[in-house]
Amino acid sequence: MRIPKARGELSEALAAVLHDGATTALPADVDATDETDRQLSLWTLYELSYRGFDDVDDELEWQPELLTLRRTLERRFEAELREAFAPPEPAEPFADALFALIEGFDGASVASFVQRDATAEQTLELLRYRTIYHLKEADPTAWVVPRLTTGPKAALMELQYDEYGCGDPNRLHSHLFVRGLEATGLRSEYGAYIDDVPVEVLAQNNAMSLFGLHRRLRGAALGHLAAFEATSSLPSRRMAQGLERLGLPAEMIAYYEEHVEADAVHEQLAVRTICGALVSDEPAQAGEVAFGALACLGLEDRFARRMLADWSAET
Amino acid sequence: MTEPIEFDHPDVVLCPGGPLLLRGDHVVEDADGTPHRTTRPVSAVCRCGKSADQPWCDGTHKVLPDKLRP
Repeated sequence: MRIPKARGELSEALAAVLHDGATTALPADVDATDETDRQLSLWTLYELSYRGFDDVDDELEWQPELLTLRRTLERRFEAELREAFAPPEPAEPFADALFALIEGFDGASVASFVQRDATAEQTLELLRYRTIYHLKEADPTAWVVPRLTTGPKAALMELQYDEYGCGDPNRLHSHLFVRGLEATGLRSEYGAYIDDVPVEVLAQNNAMSLFGLHRRLRGAALGHLAAFEATSSLPSRRMAQGLERLGLPAEMIAYYEEHVEADAVHEQLAVRTICGALVSDEPAQAGEVAFGALACLGLEDRFARRMLADWSAET
Repeated sequence: MTEPIEFDHPDVVLCPGGPLLLRGDHVVEDADGTPHRTTRPVSAVCRCGKSADQPWCDGTHKVLPDKLRP
């Protein structure tokens, strides 16, 4: 993957710095630029810690001026998330309350639209946007493992082992999506569609990296995981039915069918054994778990509303 | 915080209002007598009877009224 195309003065200055390593070009005031520019810049900085860029020196991952910029962008983003997704007071029993919080969130659904109404072109657009996360599925949560005590650590690995195909690369969830993309005629290289995605997708991905990369945010990372898994089985069934309706390839349908069954397990593990064990060991994390869950649901709702508005304008 | 030396790690877990979790490699016979081997470290067996993916859970219990949930 190469550095994404700039979408404003900040991402343009960042691209220049990443190319030649001279940090003097970075603007001092990031608030002067718009959200898309800030989210793309933050996404680019995070990628230095995942797979990097073919045209960027690996040394720059830990370059102090770039870390300063990342921290500035992160502080602002986290403050926005906390303002938008303030959790309710933690209730008992914890697992039931977390399931109720997730089930009670009435968000917009792109899967329901794909199931019944979407055109093939709209569905392919959605799949291109989903590549940004699905091609590194489960990776942001992997950062959390060493920050946990024994109970939640073992519980998280029980789930992650399945995400990573139980050691079989053919069954790795992100690889199942590669197979689906190839069969569908879409590009399967990591980050291939980053220049096309709307800001809502960048924000979703940045929230996962923010939560995953900060030990302080481990509760939010696991709450995000729980909400993601608990809103996956039924929508994945709808996606599979929509793809079948449109005659899309079996490999892509198989990706979603795998998630119907896997995530019916994962939601129980994530809510009961992972978040449950975390909160049992660290009761002060209960509110952070709920914050992470609401951030997951709220950012997906924002993405879905954006897509449904774009698509209804087309008809 | 002091961590315990022994942790509970049951082979079978009944989830309130949801599936039965089964840890490890097993063969589950469905209501029609067809055997299904588990394929993942933990499997969720349907308890509400409404899953379209028998004998496995597909999350359908969540859209049932409370009195129909296991």
